[in-house]
Amino acid sequence: MIDFSYAIWIPLVPFLVFAVLGLFGHYLKPRISGLLGTAGLLAAFILSLFVAYKYFFVVGKIDASGVVTDTYQKIIAFNQVWMHFTDKLHVDMGVLLDPISVMMLVVITTVSLMVHIYSIGYMHGEKGFERFFACLSLFSFSMLGLVIATNIFQMYIFWELVGVSSYSLISFYYWKDSAVSAGKKAFIVTRFADLGFLIGILLLSYTTGTFDFVTLTDINGPAIIQGSGIMFMGLSTMTWSLIFVFMGGAGKSAMFPLHIWLPDAMEGPTPVSALIHAATMVVAGVYLVARLFPIYAFSATAGLNVVAYVGGISSLLAAIIACTQFDIKRVLAYSTMSQIGYMMLALGVSGYGEEQGLGYMASMFHLFTHAMFKALLFLGAGAVIHAVHSNDMREMGGLRKFLPITHITFLIACLTIAGIPPFSAFWSKDEILTAAFHHDKILFAIEFFVAGLTAFYMFRLYFNVFWGKHIHYHHEPHESPFVMTGPLIFLAIASIFTGFIPFHSLVTSDGKEMASHLNLLIAGPSVLIGLIGIVTAYFLYKKETAIPDKVASSFKIFYRWAYNKFYFDELYLFVAKKIIFKRISTPVAWFDRHVVDGTMNSVSWVTNYISGSIKGFQSGQVQQYGFAFIMGAILLAVVFIYLWIH
Amino acid sequence: MNLHSFLLMRHELMLTGIALLILFIEIFFNEKRNHAIIPICISLFFINTVIGFLLPSHSGTLFGGMYKTGELQILMKNVLNVGVLIVLIQSVKWLKSVENIGKTNEFFIILFSALIGMNFMISSGDFLMFYLGLELATIPMAALAAYERSKNKSAEAGVKLILSAALSSGIMLYGVSMIYGMTGSIYFDDISTAFTGSYGLNALALIFFFAGMAFKISLVPFHLWTADVYEGAPINITSFLSVISKGAAVFILSIILFNVFRSVIVMWQDLIYITAAITMTVGNLFAIRQTNIKRFLAFSSIAQAGFILLGMISGNQIGMTAIIYFVLIYIFSNLGAFGVATAISNATGKETIPEYNGLYKTNPKLSLTMMLSLFSLAGIPPVAGFFGKFFLFTAAASQGFYWLVFIAVVNATISLYYYLLVVKAMFINHNDEPIAYFKSDFYTRLGLLICLVGMFVIGFASNIYEFIFHVVSKI
Repeated sequence: MIDFSYAIWIPLVPFLVFAVLGLFGHYLKPRISGLLGTAGLLAAFILSLFVAYKYFFVVGKIDASGVVTDTYQKIIAFNQVWMHFTDKLHVDMGVLLDPISVMMLVVITTVSLMVHIYSIGYMHGEKGFERFFACLSLFSFSMLGLVIATNIFQMYIFWELVGVSSYSLISFYYWKDSAVSAGKKAFIVTRFADLGFLIGILLLSYTTGTFDFVTLTDINGPAIIQGSGIMFMGLSTMTWSLIFVFMGGAGKSAMFPLHIWLPDAMEGPTPVSALIHAATMVVAGVYLVARLFPIYAFSATAGLNVVAYVGGISSLLAAIIACTQFDIKRVLAYSTMSQIGYMMLALGVSGYGEEQGLGYMASMFHLFTHAMFKALLFLGAGAVIHAVHSNDMREMGGLRKFLPITHITFLIACLTIAGIPPFSAFWSKDEILTAAFHHDKILFAIEFFVAGLTAFYMFRLYFNVFWGKHIHYHHEPHESPFVMTGPLIFLAIASIFTGFIPFHSLVTSDGKEMASHLNLLIAGPSVLIGLIGIVTAYFLYKKETAIPDKVASSFKIFYRWAYNKFYFDELYLFVAKKIIFKRISTPVAWFDRHVVDGTMNSVSWVTNYISGSIKGFQSGQVQQYGFAFIMGAILLAVVFIYLWIH
Repeated sequence: MNLHSFLLMRHELMLTGIALLILFIEIFFNEKRNHAIIPICISLFFINTVIGFLLPSHSGTLFGGMYKTGELQILMKNVLNVGVLIVLIQSVKWLKSVENIGKTNEFFIILFSALIGMNFMISSGDFLMFYLGLELATIPMAALAAYERSKNKSAEAGVKLILSAALSSGIMLYGVSMIYGMTGSIYFDDISTAFTGSYGLNALALIFFFAGMAFKISLVPFHLWTADVYEGAPINITSFLSVISKGAAVFILSIILFNVFRSVIVMWQDLIYITAAITMTVGNLFAIRQTNIKRFLAFSSIAQAGFILLGMISGNQIGMTAIIYFVLIYIFSNLGAFGVATAISNATGKETIPEYNGLYKTNPKLSLTMMLSLFSLAGIPPVAGFFGKFFLFTAAASQGFYWLVFIAVVNATISLYYYLLVVKAMFINHNDEPIAYFKSDFYTRLGLLICLVGMFVIGFASNIYEFIFHVVSKI
């Protein structure tokens, strides 16, 4: 057993940086605050790698008594009782190390470090530079605190912190109305989802009597053996609580039908999108389900089906919408939603233990590879936007000549997400498809189709931006400085090689090594459909032609529908305005104004009146005070003696 | 007097030593240039506070059981010491003012005497020691309230305090004499076994004793002296009265109720139920109407005392822990609020809430400190006050007093209203002639900084709560 308590510094260092930048940022030169933020993350990054190395390759399998087992242990590296409710129920703050949390530490610090470095170039000269880095550090701290949480309450606290810091980053350009309302939208939608999460936590802790993850997910523990609770509407309390918990996860991970905030959140600076909306915060929902996975698998299989189908529907919807959008960041946003749908689905179709746990492993694997290539895509898009000062791909074209490094790295990312071997997503996506195939053919069919769509819309984006028509730019676009291209290159290398990490022996549902083999019957067709998508995009968008418009007009209604994101925003607005506001809120408002306010006003009037009239007691006369004193004592005596003796 | 008994009585002995030392020092100092005595006294007291923490805690009895101490008592005295230290630091500016020249040493001696009284009271093992401590704590307070002799209001406050205190002592002694009559002893240990059953006399004794203590904590209806004395007394004395004096009385009352009157717990739980409900409500209702910041804080502190009773009513370890924890937080929060009021009063002489309008524009740091202190008093997270109230409510709920907790929650909401009124005045209300910017001296800023740090650290560092719980659970 090795002492991992230094892992506490992984979140604390960014927090200290945040404190310094938040308090003294005004006094520092922008350059210094940028470097300070980056240095903090670099320290966290190195520490995370060290922890990961120690955990996965040195001591992870040694259990508490010092015996080497074949299972990765859950290690509580640090624990501190934070709030004491009763002897049994208390909220702790601590560090839990197990395969998924260690993996997330690596993912978060890697992407965050890259984003920090990139931002030094991207945000150069922007107003509020040091505020930006302070917020980034706060966000990194919250996210790291979330993944190492030892109990669900700590997770909830950091969950909300992640939310708060992400709103501040989305609304970073607070002088832009659209940025402010996007922040607000993200806030309201995820708040609504978090309500479900909180209800889920309360139900879960009520049924099981603990907040603690280790106890909760112990397959021989009370939560799984005894606790499913009473039945309600055909499902047990445990299932309900996990469905509610999943609601919180779906909100953060922008899953259907709570996805509407994600595209709007693209109003934030692009590095923010890369960090929050690609690699870290949006996968928090996946992480949450993975964290509680044993309970889902043993006590709430109905909950798992919900997870699987929500993931499948989200990935399909998002992929269709992505084919019709012109804002490059929105395309990436929908693609993120679609890929997270994959991860959710993989968790949903997974079982627990050994070969059954393929979906779980595939989901975590895909989370890891996705973080790399999606961050790369966003940062690449950022470099493009930086160069041409526009988000609209109709105003771009032929950029490969101007932005060679961005072009190559972006191409690598597109090939990766399209699932072309040997890039990383080929391996992870193949595992997901295999897992889906063995579980549910409908979901497999959906995902298979989505794989083709993904290749299509990504290459639509790629050809439109880097090939396509020739545009006369006002300012000649030029390649970004090295602080921006450096992270691109790093992430491109990561996108190529992370597929070779032996996830099947490192991150599995039960911590044991599992066999992994490439299923050619599935890998072959999936590569093929990816190629079909690419080729289609090639013919449609390589050169400017009229074919795309024709295709669009022949599917007119459906295209319109998808272009308008299936009218989800309108639907919610309709429900909110026409039904909730009009049919419910207006009568309630009337009731509130006339009855509740009336009552409250009379209460406050009475309160004021009483407090005005008893003011007379406070006359300043000591003899009166004495009188009141003695009368008070006598009154108490009379009343209580009467009460106690009878 | 050997080392062991010194260790037991170290708080009282050291303070007495310091008070005597100040008397000597005074002789050697020129009347006109005696500002130097201020830092000397404060550093002496600082050393005393540190030693109070560092020396090991023993439990034991002295004087044949009249004096009794243990970890719990030592913890309580340490908490009070911390509060007094902040009060002293906050008083420096005022002590240096012209009208106080030539009597600063009196301030320290009287104040330390009062503190000695409180320490004896907390460590009392029988009613005689308890009563001596109580009087030693009260009479100097009257002298302090009348400290600004030239001002009528101050003198009036002193007279009112001594008259009311005398009355309350009388009633309490009446109760104590009945207890002696029933049990034949004034020792706490004897009484706790002999004082049982529910007879009329029994109840009368308990109520009279309780009324006397309720006067010290200013529970309704025994609170009427509070507002006048708080308003009349110099503001630093008011903060001492509202925090330290009240805290000490709360400590000893809970010790006596929990231990001595253990057998009649049902009776005093009823008693506290009623007084807690009335005190919170009346304190809040009065506070809404106040415009003078000192009167405002006086009534708010009455309401706070009502909340403390929620911890007392539980009669268990959670309750005792919650009380000590809350008093500790209350010291920092209330002294933070009083500290800002003091700074403003000393600099400009302004003491009413309308005069605070627009303060944020001119003195943002003071306004922020005031706001956080008021948030802490109101119990808004993440400031420590939230945790303090939270544990008090938990304590009451743990014994099933849900209705009382409900009343408390309603009152916490009302209190939020009037605390926010002050915040609104400072931050939102417009004022053509706001209080001009002024720079506070080192001691004022130090005092406020300590309060601010305390308000955050105590809330977040769970070790403090755990430590108190640990000490309490040993009893």
